[in-house]
Order: sequence, then structure tokens, then C-alpha cells
Amino acid sequence: MSDTATKAKPVTILQAINTAIADAMAADDTVIVLGEDVADPEDGGVVGVTKGLSTRFGEHRVRSTPIAEQAIIGAAIGASLVGYKPVAEIMLMNFTTVAMDMIVNHAAKLRFMSGGQTNVPIVIRTMTGTGFGSGGQHCDYLEAWFAHTPGMKVVAPSNAADAYGLMRAAINDPDPVLYIENLPAYWTPGEAPEPGHIVPLGKASVVKEGTDVTIISYSRVLTEVVAAVEEMEAAGVSAEIIDLRTISPWDKETVFASVAKTGRCLITHEAVTEFGIGAEIAATLQSEFFGKLKAPVGRLGAPYAPVPFSKPLESAYAPTAKRIAQAAISLTK
Amino acid sequence: MTSNYAPDGATQLEIYKRVALLKANDERSRKVIMNGRLVMPYYSYRGQEVIPSAMATALTDDDYWVTIYRGIHDMLAKGMPLKDLWAEIAGRVDGTCKGKGGPMHLTYPKKGIMVTTGIVGSSMPIANGIAWGSQLSGNGRVAVATFGDGASNIGAFHESLNMAAVWKLPVIFLCQNNLYGEHTTYEKATSAKRVADRAVAYNMPGVRVNGNDPIEMFAAAREAVERARAGEGPTLIEAMTFRFHGHVFGDADAYMDKAQKKAAMEADPAPIFRARLIAEGIATEEQLAAIEADIETQIDEAVEFALASPFPELDELTKDVYAQGAAA
Ligand SMILES: Cc1ncc(C[n+]2csc(CCOP(=O)(O)OP(=O)(O)O)c2C)c(N)n1
Ligand SMILES: [Mg+2]
Repeated sequence: MSDTATKAKPVTILQAINTAIADAMAADDTVIVLGEDVADPEDGGVVGVTKGLSTRFGEHRVRSTPIAEQAIIGAAIGASLVGYKPVAEIMLMNFTTVAMDMIVNHAAKLRFMSGGQTNVPIVIRTMTGTGFGSGGQHCDYLEAWFAHTPGMKVVAPSNAADAYGLMRAAINDPDPVLYIENLPAYWTPGEAPEPGHIVPLGKASVVKEGTDVTIISYSRVLTEVVAAVEEMEAAGVSAEIIDLRTISPWDKETVFASVAKTGRCLITHEAVTEFGIGAEIAATLQSEFFGKLKAPVGRLGAPYAPVPFSKPLESAYAPTAKRIAQAAISLTK
Repeated sequence: MTSNYAPDGATQLEIYKRVALLKANDERSRKVIMNGRLVMPYYSYRGQEVIPSAMATALTDDDYWVTIYRGIHDMLAKGMPLKDLWAEIAGRVDGTCKGKGGPMHLTYPKKGIMVTTGIVGSSMPIANGIAWGSQLSGNGRVAVATFGDGASNIGAFHESLNMAAVWKLPVIFLCQNNLYGEHTTYEKATSAKRVADRAVAYNMPGVRVNGNDPIEMFAAAREAVERARAGEGPTLIEAMTFRFHGHVFGDADAYMDKAQKKAAMEADPAPIFRARLIAEGIATEEQLAAIEADIETQIDEAVEFALASPFPELDELTKDVYAQGAAA
């Protein structure tokens, strides 16, 4: 978190996203916003992420839509084909499942299938995350589905400055970007980004340097990793923490440099472990560092089960600082 | 029908030129496949030529079209060059999409052919977005989404019609009702007596026309285009037609009603249209024969051009997945 100079007062992730979209809209008339409830007569979004935008830029550029996810993504795709840069909101990540045809068969593939004649510069914003007792259909992390789709890019900021910088980069990007927001983390304050601050897609950040184990994460779980530092240090383990920021394409250079140094790696995320982002990174590290690793690559995600409602079960679902510390420490034993 | 939108003689001849091109191209496609010169999934549109011919004649080059796997007639009508089309369906580097799209995904933005989808129903949500772009920029361009009768049963149809009506988008939903969705008849799959009736639920005009009649089809197309350009919103056109050669080339047709098929083929719209143009003195036999001979020559050239065109280099496999040199 070194790349933002700040004297300004802290902002929340929610404010950072709002400001990033507003700044992009002010800079470029082709940036438009659509989604359920996104305009101000509908409160500027169910959580208020787009509050103020329609008042400032007009409801022709910030449109509340019917509850029709295929139509939302289809409209974004179509407008992008004729020169616009839509930022479409799919309220919750689980609702992307009813728009998968538009995302996977169309947004991701039109550039390739047209031989490069068309491209789809859209951003799909979506929020998710356990912690609010929403149960099985409102807080899944499905990033692996999209990362597994050639043509899509996937980003997941963990702090306000990155939320701003990744949004500006995603809007500028000529290809479709899925932008994952964590619901419980919306109100987490952080360093304010400089206006115009860009976090290039595909660039991870080294949040903390260390020597014994590399811990890779993104989105809200990154803050759990940071919270695990104390316990790890008490056990004599020095962790290097990498915030991936962009899940696809992921920053192999930064990750390889770190693992070359530490010889150990733990990947942790809120999505279920099986067939997840951790599996991809672990497999890549296994090829790159075969015979040079000091321990098998570790993965820590949610158990292979739907998100439960009951509080103790929900609390046991996503990785916590405690479980991350234990997993990291055990890699050094 | 709304006769004030009826095509004059010159316009009818324009429509016929397209019909003749589409018909000849379908016949050649089946022949080339039969002769083993080309291997591809082919969804014949024979019998449906009048619909896109009339629709495209009511549009300009700047208007947009989103079509489907059974869509080569739409593309040719909208102006995709034959050579580019044939090279694409042959998977060659000179194709519209460098051979990477193929017969189900041809794209040609130069003539407004923005997307060809192989997913039933998916033309409509995207056409809405294109039309939204027209509305935002005020450029007056209309977007046409074409689809089949079967596609009127999928969610995307309903989501799209609703949004288009709420937003008053300059879009035309053009349903080519050929009475079958794959092997299933219209009646067995569709609750509404007519697809056009579904427009009522979305508060937009819906018309059923004889899609094989160029005058009726053109009048409906032109009226819908005018509405869209005037900012009055979308129209659903249900154009009744029939596909002569089953769902996909090689389909044995066992599921089809033989008498119904025979009657439809006897009522082949292309020769009927041709005979009427001559009978009404809009064109002469010699004139039409010359047009048709020219089309055959153009197709000859396109086929040979396509089959002589090289296949793409293998490095094309990973190109165009993302922008070259983009932040990645
Ligand atoms: C979402 C989806 N489901 C199923 C299919 C397989 N399929 C291809 S064409 C077709 C029939 C569509 O019928 P209709 O909409 O009437 O169009 P037609 O082929 O008659 O022109 C089906 C079921 C598909 N391509 N996409
Ligand atoms: Mg059909």
C-alpha cells in the first residue's frame, strides 16, 4: 500500500468506488452506468455505491434497470460494441449466475470470435461476502468461474485506494472486467487515493515483506492475513504478504519473486478451496519451483459446502486470521 | 396491411435482388457441402429469404443487425461481402473473423452486422444495448435483433422486450417463425397463439405478417423502422415462414409433417415473387436472368477465393483473446 500518497482524510471502499466512477464519468462522456436501483430516485444503489451519479450526470447516463440480469449485461455489451464504456452492476455475485450466458458466451468471446473486429469494454461490478447472515444464495465468491473464462479479467480490491485505482483501470480497459466488491468491507476506511490514481490490471502489491512464507490473498480475506501477522511473528514466522488485486491475469512476476525468496506459499481466499484460484496458483508454483520448495504449497479457503446461515457455522466458513496464522506456521514446521 | 408503407416497383426489385442472392447462396452452400469441399455445421435458411431481404431494404448501411446461427441470409441481405463470408465459413484467414468465428459467429461491423450468436435468444439483449447507444448519441441508427419462434420462449426474449419498451429503445425484434424449434413444433412449445401477441404484455406494437410476402414484410419493416427512428420505441414483428431443409444440414426431417412441408415448398416465395415482378412489368425476364447470372458468377468467385485462401497461422489461437498490448 505504498503507491498512494495521502494527506487526505481516510475514505471507505464504498466512497472510493463511487468517486472512481464519478471521476471516470467526468473525464469521459462515454462512461455510463446501469443496474438495479443505481439511479438516485432509487437511492443510488441498494447499498448506495452509485449515489449521486445520476443527479450529477443525468439519468440517461445512469440508468436504473428492470430486474433482468441478462438484459442488463446484454445492454452493457451492446452499448460497448458501439463506443460506450458501460459500468454494469449485478447487485450480488450470485445473481451473475442468471447472466452467465451474456458474460461467458458473449462478453468474454466477442473479440475472439470476431477476429478482433469488435471488443467489449465493460465493467461488471458485483458484491458478495459472508458475514451478514445471508445464507446460501447471496454471498458466494465465484471468481474462479470467471477466471476460468478466457476473455474475462477479474479484479478484487481489498482497500480503498486500490478500489479506486482498479476501477479507473477497469473502466479504461478495452476488455470485460469483473470487479468484485466485498459487502462487509464497504465501510472499511483506508488511505484516500489521489484523483486519477490507476492500479494497473495484473499488478499485485507486496503489502508486507517477509522471509519465511509468502501468503497470497485478495478482497476482504487480505485484511485477515494482515491481522494474522502478530500471531505468526510470535511463533517466529516472517510472512511476506501479497495482495493479488487482479485475479486474472494474475501477477506471476511478483508471486514468483516472492516464492523464490521464501520457498513457501499459502494461498487463502473466501471461495471454497476446491478447484479454486489457490489451485491454479499452486499448480503453477509446483511447475515453476519443483524441487525448490521447502514445503508443499498450502491452500486455505472455505469448506466445500454452501454458505450456511447459523452464526457459528457462518463464522467458521471463511478463513480467519487465526486459521491463516496456523496454516502459515504449519508450513514452516 | 398498412399500405402506405408498401414498396414501389424499384424497391421491390431491390428486395428481389437480395432474395435471389440469398437463394442462390443457400443452394450453393448445400452443394459445396454435399461435394465434400467444405465441412461445417450448416443451418439452411432456404424458404426464409424474403424476411431479411425486405427488412434490410428498409434499413441503411449504418443501421445495426444482430443475428443467429441460422443467419447467413440476414448477413448477406445486410451487405456482408460474399468473399469475406465464404472465407469465414471455410475457416480461412481472409474470412470476416480470420476464420475464428465460423458460420455461427460471423461479424461485419462495416455493414452493422455486430454479433452473430449461437445461443438461442441471445441476439435480443445485445441489440437493446446497441439501440441504447443510438439513443444516447442521437445518431438515429436502428438495431434489428432477429431470432426464431423457439427463442420467444426463452427468458432473454422477455427480459429484452420489457427493457426495450421501458427505455423506448430504437430496436426491432424480428421473429422468423418457421414453425419449428429444432425438431419441436411451434404449438407444442409455445403457449401464445401468435408470438406477436406477446408484445401486448410489453406494451409495444406486435404484428404478425406473412414473411414470405415481400410487400407485407416490407411494409411492416418500414413502419417499425420509422417508429424506431422517431423515438417511439421498439416493435415486435412476427414473420411467418418455413424452413425447407430441416434444422441443420443432414437432418432427416422425420419429425416434420410431410404434407405441410410439401405445401410450403410448393409455395416457395422466391419464384412466386420473381413471376409477379415480371407479370406486373416491374422487371423483365431478361433483366432478372442477368441479375441471377451475375449472382452465380459472384458466388463462383467467392467459393474459389475462399477455398484458395490459407488457413490462419496457429499463433492466431491465442490472439484476440484480449487486446494486443493492453494492460494485462
Ligand atoms: C440456449 C440454447 N438452448 C438450446 C440450443 C440448441 N438449439 C439450437 S437452435 C435451436 C432451435 C431454435 O429454434 P428457433 O428459435 O425457432 O429458431 P430456428 O432454428 O427455427 O431458426 C435449439 C434448441 C441453443 N443453441 N441455445
Ligand atoms: Mg423456428
